[in-house]
Amino acid sequence: MTLRTALYDRHVALGAKMVEFGGWEMPLQYTGIIDEHRAVRERAGLFDLSHMGEIWVTGTAAGEALAYALVTDPPRLAIGRAHYSMLCTPEGGIIDDLIVYRVGEHRFLVVPNAGNAAAVADALRARVAGFEAATDDVSLRTSLIAIQGPLARGILAPLTDVDLDTLRYYAITEGEAAGAPAFVARTGYTGEDGFELFIDWDAAPDVWDRLLAAGAPAGLQPTGLGARDSLRLEAGMALYGNELDRDTTPMEAGLDRLVRFDKPGDFVGRAALEKARDAGPRKRLVGLVMRDRGIARHGYPVHLPGAAAPCGVVTSGTLSPTLGEAIAMAYVPMPASAIGTMVEVAVRTSRVPAEVVPLPFYKRSP
Amino acid sequence: MDVPEGLRYTEDHEWVRTEAGEGVVGITAYAAEELGDIVFVDLPKVGTKLQAGTPFGAIESVKTASDLYAPMSGEVVAVNASLTEKPELVNSDPYGEGWMVRVRMDDAGALTALEDAVAYRVRVEAA
Repeated sequence: MTLRTALYDRHVALGAKMVEFGGWEMPLQYTGIIDEHRAVRERAGLFDLSHMGEIWVTGTAAGEALAYALVTDPPRLAIGRAHYSMLCTPEGGIIDDLIVYRVGEHRFLVVPNAGNAAAVADALRARVAGFEAATDDVSLRTSLIAIQGPLARGILAPLTDVDLDTLRYYAITEGEAAGAPAFVARTGYTGEDGFELFIDWDAAPDVWDRLLAAGAPAGLQPTGLGARDSLRLEAGMALYGNELDRDTTPMEAGLDRLVRFDKPGDFVGRAALEKARDAGPRKRLVGLVMRDRGIARHGYPVHLPGAAAPCGVVTSGTLSPTLGEAIAMAYVPMPASAIGTMVEVAVRTSRVPAEVVPLPFYKRSP
Repeated sequence: MDVPEGLRYTEDHEWVRTEAGEGVVGITAYAAEELGDIVFVDLPKVGTKLQAGTPFGAIESVKTASDLYAPMSGEVVAVNASLTEKPELVNSDPYGEGWMVRVRMDDAGALTALEDAVAYRVRVEAA
């Protein structure tokens, strides 16, 4: 059974093409992926992200409980700040990547991917059990609307009592936004400046309408999951199920910095991840730019030049709407991961040369 | 849904129009709409022999890649070179400027095995 967000009727009325994603019926696109992608890069886009999970972890030892459950060290977060983190298996594989927001001394909001929300809620409940902490999965009571792009701040500012100029990147605060009580966070998944609004489930249609009406003159456009995917790929951000899974460690995904081996106490996966760190990664996530005609896609084999057997695999790929060239992310063995290495991607019946390039592909100008 | 009369349609959403005894092939408006923004069309060279029902090229949107299947057997006598620079013609004019290949058919009579406009329309409207 697929779930529908509180904005389902809005999407249908806007003519969206709906698809199943992570157990939810979500808008793939409204006007077209390229059009929406450009709107976010040049102006602003409005996203319904209510399919994402929201799980509260509260209690006098909530921070310590999360430090045990995750690879990062949430007690080090200042109140009102957030960081990117991962929940790993005892074997060191990634169950999900997520954002942890600290909204109070003993209050943390964890935001996992839609398709993993139940697994994360279950794991957190089990992992905090030995601590003075409790979890509350409010995913089905919380709507999440994001406004992203260079004009996002200017569109949202008149509609909120939150001072957006002092709200830093990866910060969160409580206030009112577009007529509803909200947690307003300066986070996103597009490579642009932007905000995410956590609101009550039923508040979403009114907040959506107000934002769209206020932003339309500036070129704010509803944006679907198709553009969300191409935007995050240009920004070099991993997508669970493509770059991340239970057979991949955070180090292999190039996210070594997330794993705080220096934090006090044990955490789930510590022993396995220390061993993996000492042994060195088996594979490494890299960026690729195709150097001849052809687009690499998820699952296409990667070869060393002329080699019959594949050495790696493409995890995501598309024609970058911003750069106009075919870009991809792929896992390759360590020796092939150096910037400038030439590899070949098997695209249907031919081999297309590709070059290992630094991530991200796109970085906004400051 | 734009499904012109007089064309033949495949199960995989290609169309064929007979012009001067040759078959002109493209994909339908329905297929173009489903794929979304088309960014790349990979077509065979002139002289390539097509085998009915087997892939002869590929079409890519931002979101996905999809094979093109030959509606009939024959030899490619022309390729729409405009699609190299302007693949979006497949979205804007799928039955006109978005055509893909022109084929000298082995057996033009084989086209009658494909769906006509009425049958194709019924099928996609039920999808």
